[in-house]
Amino acid sequence: MENLNQIIAQGKKEIEAATDIRVLEEIRVAYLGKKGTITAQLKLLGTLPGDQRREAGVEINKAKGQLQQQIQARREVLQKLEMDKKLEAESIDVTLPGRSIASANLHPVTRTMNRIVELFTGLGFEVKTGPEIEDDYHNFEALNFPAHHPARTMHDTFWFDDGHLLRTHTSPVQIRAMKHMKPPIKIIAPGRVYRSDSDQTHTPMFHQVEGLVVGETITFASLKGVLNQFVNAFFEKDLKIRLRPSYFPFTEPSAEVDVEWQKDDGSTGWLEVLGCGMVHPNVLRAGGIDPEKYTGFAFGLGVERFAMLRYGVKDLRQFFENDLAFLKQFK
Amino acid sequence: MKISENWLREWVNPKITTDELVEQLTMLGLEVDAALAAAGDFTNVVVAEIISIEKHPDADKLNICQVDVGTSENLQIVCGAPNARKGLKSALAMIGAVLPGNFKIKKSKLRGQESNGMLCSNVELGLSDDHSGILELPNDAPVGTDIREYFELNDAIIDIDLTPNRADCFCVKGIAIDVACLNEMPLTMPIIEPVDATIDDKIEVKLTAEHQSPRYLCRVINNIDNTKQTPIWMQEKLRRSGIRAIHPVVDVTNYVMLELGQPMHGFDKASIDGAIEVKMANKGDKFTLLDGKEVVLDESYLMIADNQKYLAIAGVMGGLNSGCNQATKDIVLESAYFNPATIMGKSRDLGIFTESALRFERGVDAYLQEQAMHRATQLILAICGGEVGPVIEAKAEECIPQAKTITLTVDKLKRVLGFTVDKQQVTTILKGLNMQVEEGEDSWKVIAPTSRFDMDIEEDLIEEVVRLIGYDKMPSQNLFGDSVIMQLPEAIISTNYIKNQLTTLGYTEAINYSFVSQKQLETLNVAEGSIALKNPLTEEFAIMRTSLLPGMLETVKYNLRRQNESVKLFESGHVFHKDECIVEDEKLIGICTGKRHLEHWSMSKENIDFFDIKGDLENLLANTKASYYFVKSSLDYLHPGQQAEIKLGGNSIGWLGQVHPQICRKIGIKKPVYAFELFINNIKQSTLPSFKEISKFPSVRRDIAMIANNDISYQEIKTLVVKETGDLLKNIFVFDEYQGENIRVGNRSLAIGIVLQQNNSTFEDKEVDKLMAKVVSSLKVNLGVEIRGQ
Repeated sequence: MENLNQIIAQGKKEIEAATDIRVLEEIRVAYLGKKGTITAQLKLLGTLPGDQRREAGVEINKAKGQLQQQIQARREVLQKLEMDKKLEAESIDVTLPGRSIASANLHPVTRTMNRIVELFTGLGFEVKTGPEIEDDYHNFEALNFPAHHPARTMHDTFWFDDGHLLRTHTSPVQIRAMKHMKPPIKIIAPGRVYRSDSDQTHTPMFHQVEGLVVGETITFASLKGVLNQFVNAFFEKDLKIRLRPSYFPFTEPSAEVDVEWQKDDGSTGWLEVLGCGMVHPNVLRAGGIDPEKYTGFAFGLGVERFAMLRYGVKDLRQFFENDLAFLKQFK
Repeated sequence: MKISENWLREWVNPKITTDELVEQLTMLGLEVDAALAAAGDFTNVVVAEIISIEKHPDADKLNICQVDVGTSENLQIVCGAPNARKGLKSALAMIGAVLPGNFKIKKSKLRGQESNGMLCSNVELGLSDDHSGILELPNDAPVGTDIREYFELNDAIIDIDLTPNRADCFCVKGIAIDVACLNEMPLTMPIIEPVDATIDDKIEVKLTAEHQSPRYLCRVINNIDNTKQTPIWMQEKLRRSGIRAIHPVVDVTNYVMLELGQPMHGFDKASIDGAIEVKMANKGDKFTLLDGKEVVLDESYLMIADNQKYLAIAGVMGGLNSGCNQATKDIVLESAYFNPATIMGKSRDLGIFTESALRFERGVDAYLQEQAMHRATQLILAICGGEVGPVIEAKAEECIPQAKTITLTVDKLKRVLGFTVDKQQVTTILKGLNMQVEEGEDSWKVIAPTSRFDMDIEEDLIEEVVRLIGYDKMPSQNLFGDSVIMQLPEAIISTNYIKNQLTTLGYTEAINYSFVSQKQLETLNVAEGSIALKNPLTEEFAIMRTSLLPGMLETVKYNLRRQNESVKLFESGHVFHKDECIVEDEKLIGICTGKRHLEHWSMSKENIDFFDIKGDLENLLANTKASYYFVKSSLDYLHPGQQAEIKLGGNSIGWLGQVHPQICRKIGIKKPVYAFELFINNIKQSTLPSFKEISKFPSVRRDIAMIANNDISYQEIKTLVVKETGDLLKNIFVFDEYQGENIRVGNRSLAIGIVLQQNNSTFEDKEVDKLMAKVVSSLKVNLGVEIRGQ
């Protein structure tokens, strides 16, 4: 048995010395494997006399158990060391930039238009659109612009050979909507419009949002209220607005809406931001609506104007140059 | 429409300042573009008479004038104006005068000759851009009178941008009616008496185009002296309306047009052959206009003709053959009503702009012609003398527009406006606008003035009422009951926006139960402070989650076992823990494992790693536009070498990393799993875009390759570069990272790109070199890096 104690001592020494799992496994095989030292001891049991055999068996199995325990404990230590080593090797500089396609953004006009539309849909308005190549009827005639009317000179129009034109405003959508809807009507019509005008403050194409409300109790005072709420909500500021008498053939009474605005020099002044009015009875009639029963209001605003004021853009033409250095500023 | 403020105040003079008047006009719908001073700012300029004039001995173009300014001695003035002559009365800026632009007049010598002041032109006094010579004043101008007083220059020119419906406001009268009504003041009309004929001379008129010209008046005035000077007061009023004085006949017709709104025309009687006929042109006819331009006509042009020829295009412009000049002795004055539709578009088609066409196409009062004729007669006689023939009127009564009768009801007024207006106030307003009003019980029967072409229907009257009440005094109402437009903070990023962004990045939304098992929390060592349910359905759903990770790991395992090679998921939801009280936080988790790309012939087959999920996370952080960075961290449940704390705007908002492989193994996931978890509210606050001018100057890129100790993070390097370059840095990125062969153990090679740009100039190479030297030196000194290639 002296031999066995020596074996155990030797085994423990070797297990403690093992620095990796592979060596440990070799040690296990060397002691506990089929041809291992302990296994050999067990095999020798048969040669011992009966009474000694039992006693020796117990001893050998105890030794075997001890070694197994030692190996297992050592294995866990070595496994952890190995994992730590592996994890350490996998260490990276977590501050290096990530890998991805950077999200981009919408055009400021779309962003502005979406916001305007969202504010009005929140109040129950429905979005309507119409064609950009229009006919004279929808763009002018039905909107109470008789042929040769001086008001037509307010709209520099692009024409096609067949008499069609590029719509000069989003107001034709009013007519199309009224013809297909029954009051109460609450619509908002965003879209592109065209005027044959191009200089620092005019582009031949720009965007408008048209609003139309028709019902039995629609009043000029409610138009003022809604626009006031809209301007404040859009700019997220309690801005002073004023309605000022103006003229559009398709509304009566008509108004321009000015917003009190802080100028670059710090002083305040009025800035014209939209046109509006009570829908002219002739226009209601053209839309198939009885002006004796219903009243309505309409308004139209220039999207670029709102975008410029909101985001500090000074030159209208930049909107359509599509310079990435410009576009990317509207994320 | 430009008009003198003083002229307007002759008609109606409310006790308000110019600014207040301008504001009133704008709020009446007569939008004032500008109110400019009638003249430049100057002092000490007086009426002076040139008593004698002689050539300057040493300068060809200069004269020496002796000038009388009403003082005991004449002043010697050197003057180069071509129109300086003996007897001329002009404007002299005296010694000590200050002219526009703070130009001070001093005693001076011009080529050796003393000059005690300066004779002034229109330009020098800021009166007009006529610089052909010095002012020519009438002979009766009192010498020594201050020019400002003489010209009544303390006046403003009010420039009104008229809308097409307000044809009636192309004259002082129209504007004055609005102002008088608003201020509830009477209107002071000039006295216009009929001028009776003194002779029988006349020209007969035949109306062939009755519809187009239903009323045509003319009158002969013989023996006028058209060489007389138009009085200064009239010239000045014309000038302030942007019309140049020419000779009395033209000036008077223009004056009457500005005063009453009736465009008129004066023909040279000698050029008229027989009677006047108003008729349509024939296609192809040619006609030479007053300005010498020849135009080709068609049947749509209304013409004034005599027995032989055309004399004028009605309402647009007279002909070269029949115009008046200073020598004209006998004239025929025309005062007519032409149908707007006939005149409309004609001046545009011809490419000529005339004040007359502008007014006729918008609409001239069809009942104004006789009054205007008498007014013009009165003024011409006063200036030029002459003998007046009878007023000849040709008319087609049935074609003359009638005054409209419109009924306005109390009900309609309320229905359109949304509020009740006092009945008396309505009556007062309508009467104030020169309407004939018959007040009924619930309505008003109104006859609109014939000058108001825009009065047609009830709504037109409603606009007049609310316009005079003041749009600003009108109440505001909600559209429906108490529903108002909701606030929509633009700088807040919605949870939905973030979720949609994650979906486009390839993450699918998962919803896990809010309760987990104690074991799940313990596995991750996140059980601290957890809150247990008193009556859980099962052990598995017994504890409220303290992190979104345990549940998500189960979901990842579940999906990996169902033949998904790759899994990318996100969830947003509440996590719970108990501190002193129950705390609930809203968090967002993103998690991924597997391949970077779906199997595809053109794509690499690499596995997802830390930088993939980091890139996705950076997309979310970039929304906020706040600065963010990452700091190495040491959470138990994450890989010790692959985890970081997310810092946004200085706050710690979450973590990012590989889930600890040991934990994955325990749960039963063999692949590396990467995740981030953060407080979602921290990434929802952004800022509004604020446009900055784009630099027009080119950017330059410089690269730095360095060897740095592994302990030095890219963040440290970047921070240092940002500090050294400031606003000039447009972009910085890493384009190479390498460890291994040829690089000392514990070190790595790093190559960064730096893009620089100036906003106001091109970057010179030298400047860039200097800046880069500073950056490099700072990197060496502060971080001990070794620059490659140096």
